[in-house]
Amino acid sequence: MKYTADENGYYGEFGGAWIPEMMYTNILELKTRYLEIIESESFISEFDSLMKDYVGRPSPLYYAPRLSEHFQSKIYLKREDLNHTGSHKLNNTIGQILLAQTLGKKRIIAETGAGQHGLATATVCALKGLKCVVYMGALDVKRQEPNVRKMKMLGAEVVPVYSGNMTLKDATNEAMRDWINNPEDTHYIIGSVVGPHPYPDMVARFQSVISRETRFQLAEKTGSELPDRVFACVGGGSNAAGAFYHFLDDPSVELIGVEAAGMGVHTHETAATLAVGSTGVLHAARTILMQNADGQITEPYSISAGLDYPGIGPLHAHLFKTGRARYLNATDEETLNAALQLTQLEGIIPALESAHALAALPKAGLKPEDVNVVCLSGRGDKDMQTYLDHFGY
Amino acid sequence: MNNRIDQLFARKNKNILSVYFTAGFPEIDQTIPIIEQLEKQGVDLVEIGMPFSDPTADGPTIQKSSDVALKNGMTLEVLFTQLKDIRKHIKMPLILMGYINPVLQYGMEKFCGQCRDCGIDGLIIPDLPLDEYNAHFTKFFEDAGIHNILLITPQTSEARILEIDRNSGGFIYMVSSSSTTGTGKKVEDFRTDYFERLQSMNLKNPRLIGFGISDRETFANACKYASGAIIGSAFVKALQQEGILESKIDGFIQSIKG
Repeated sequence: MKYTADENGYYGEFGGAWIPEMMYTNILELKTRYLEIIESESFISEFDSLMKDYVGRPSPLYYAPRLSEHFQSKIYLKREDLNHTGSHKLNNTIGQILLAQTLGKKRIIAETGAGQHGLATATVCALKGLKCVVYMGALDVKRQEPNVRKMKMLGAEVVPVYSGNMTLKDATNEAMRDWINNPEDTHYIIGSVVGPHPYPDMVARFQSVISRETRFQLAEKTGSELPDRVFACVGGGSNAAGAFYHFLDDPSVELIGVEAAGMGVHTHETAATLAVGSTGVLHAARTILMQNADGQITEPYSISAGLDYPGIGPLHAHLFKTGRARYLNATDEETLNAALQLTQLEGIIPALESAHALAALPKAGLKPEDVNVVCLSGRGDKDMQTYLDHFGY
Repeated sequence: MNNRIDQLFARKNKNILSVYFTAGFPEIDQTIPIIEQLEKQGVDLVEIGMPFSDPTADGPTIQKSSDVALKNGMTLEVLFTQLKDIRKHIKMPLILMGYINPVLQYGMEKFCGQCRDCGIDGLIIPDLPLDEYNAHFTKFFEDAGIHNILLITPQTSEARILEIDRNSGGFIYMVSSSSTTGTGKKVEDFRTDYFERLQSMNLKNPRLIGFGISDRETFANACKYASGAIIGSAFVKALQQEGILESKIDGFIQSIKG
C-alpha cells in the first residue's frame, strides 16, 4: 500500500513520534508490539466476534433514494450511526481495549470532544471491567451533556478540563499529562488518527473495517466494489481514515474529506485546519495545524464538538499534500441545513459531525451516473438540544 | 571548554542550584531583572522558559505562567531582543527551555544562531526526541556551540540512558519521578533506587534532578544523589506572590539554600 506509515510512523513528511522522554517507554512498547498483537489469530478472532455480536457489524450500506433524487446522483450512506453507542468510535475502542488487555494494563484514559469517543471508551471499559478516566473540555461537558451522563452511568470518571478553549485539544493535553503521571499501568486510548506513532496507523487499521465492508456491500448492490466518490467528515480524521483506507490504492475513487468551517474559513472562528493551517508539531505528530506566526496553537471553533480541533491526522496531511484526497469544508449553517435535509428526506437524524460530510454533497460536482458513498459516522441523539435550539421544533 | 555549563561542572559538582522561570511572567519586561537577581543570589544556572500554548509536559503552575506570558506578548523574537546584551554583565550559564513547535516556526538554524549570538549555552526541548534531533538538527547545535540537554525518567532503560548520555551534552536532566512539572510530590515519593542506579553508571555527563523539587528539604535530598537539582514550578509560584520582584527572589532562594 502506497499510503501507509513507514516504520517511524511517517506518511511522507508527516507523522513521527515527537514525544517527551516521559512517554518514551509506553510508546516504544506500543510501537514494538502493536502489529504482532493485532495481526495475531486470537486477536483477530475476538475482534471480529465483538464487531459482529457487540457492535452490530457489518453496518448497513443504505441507498438513500430521496437524497439521491434531490442531488441527481446515486448516494449510499455507510451507516456507522447504527453501531452500538451510535458512532464509528467503537471500532477503535474495541481494538484498543483488546490490545491494552494483552499488554496487561489496568487503567484506561481517553480524551473526548463530542463525547462519542469517551462513550465508546467507557463502554469497552465496562465490557472488560477496567477502570476508565475520560478527559473532556469543560465547554464540551456542557454542550454534550447526554454523553457525559452515559459515561458516568457506565462507571467512567469524567474529568472536565478548564484550560485553553476548554475543548478537544485541551482534553488531549490533559490526557497526555495523565499518561506521563501514570506510566506503568495505564493505556491511553486515543480516539482519532492523531498523536504519536503508532496511534495514527493503529487507529486507521481498526477503522478500516468501514471501507472493507463498503467494498463488498457495493459489489453486491452495484456490481462494482469501487464508488466514484467517498465523503467523510474530518476533525482528527478517524472515520475518514477508515472510510478511505481500502480505496487509497484505487485512484479512480475520489476521496473527499470535509472539515468544519465554523463561521467560515476566512473568519477566525473555524476548525478547517487544512484550509488555514501550516506544518508544525501538535500532540506529538508533525502535521498540518492551526497556529500563529510564532508557532502558538490557535483556538479552533466549530458548532460540532467532535470536529473542534486545530490539527489533523498525519495521514490526511499527506493525502492533502499529495493530492490523493480532496478536502472541502462546510460552515455551521450549511451543516445544520444538511442535517435537517437528511432528517426530512430519509428519516435519519445525523450527528453534527457527520452532517458536515452531507453538506459537501452540493460542492463536489456530482453527476447522475456517479456512485457516491457518504460515511454517516454518528447519530444525532447527542445533538438534539443544538438542533431544537436552532430549528425551534 | 568554552561552554559555560561545562565550565560550571568542572568547577563545582555538588549542590548546584538551577532555577527555571517562564520568560514574560509575571511581566513582559522582567526577563533580565529576574536573571540578574538570581545571579546575585548565587544561583548556578538559569533555565529561561519559552512559553507555549500547549505545554503537555507541564502541570498547572507552568501552564498558567505560560498563558500569562503569551498574553503579555512574549515571543521568541521579543525574548532574543531582551537577551541581546545579556552577556555584557551575566556570567552564569543560561539555558532555554520550551516546546518544539515555536522553535520550528522560527526555524531551527536561525534559532540556534540567535542562541549563539546571545550567549545561550544549552537547550532543553522535551518534545524534540533524540532520533529527530540526530536526524535533522545536530549540526545546528554544534555550529552554535550549544548543548542539547535530554531528559531521563525512572522508566528509562539502561540502554536508552547510555544512548542519551552519548548523544547529549551539558548534563542529564533526571526527572525525579514519573510526572509532569509541579505536581507537589514529596521526598518520600522520590525513586531513590533509580537515583542510585544512575550514580553507579559512570556516565559522561553530570546529572541534575528536576520535577518535584520545591523547598530546602527536597533540594537537599536530591543533591545527595546528583550534582544538584532544578527548581521550576515552586519558583514560578513565588513570583506570583505580591511584592517587590527582587525581594521575592531573594526570599525564595534563601529559603532553598539556607
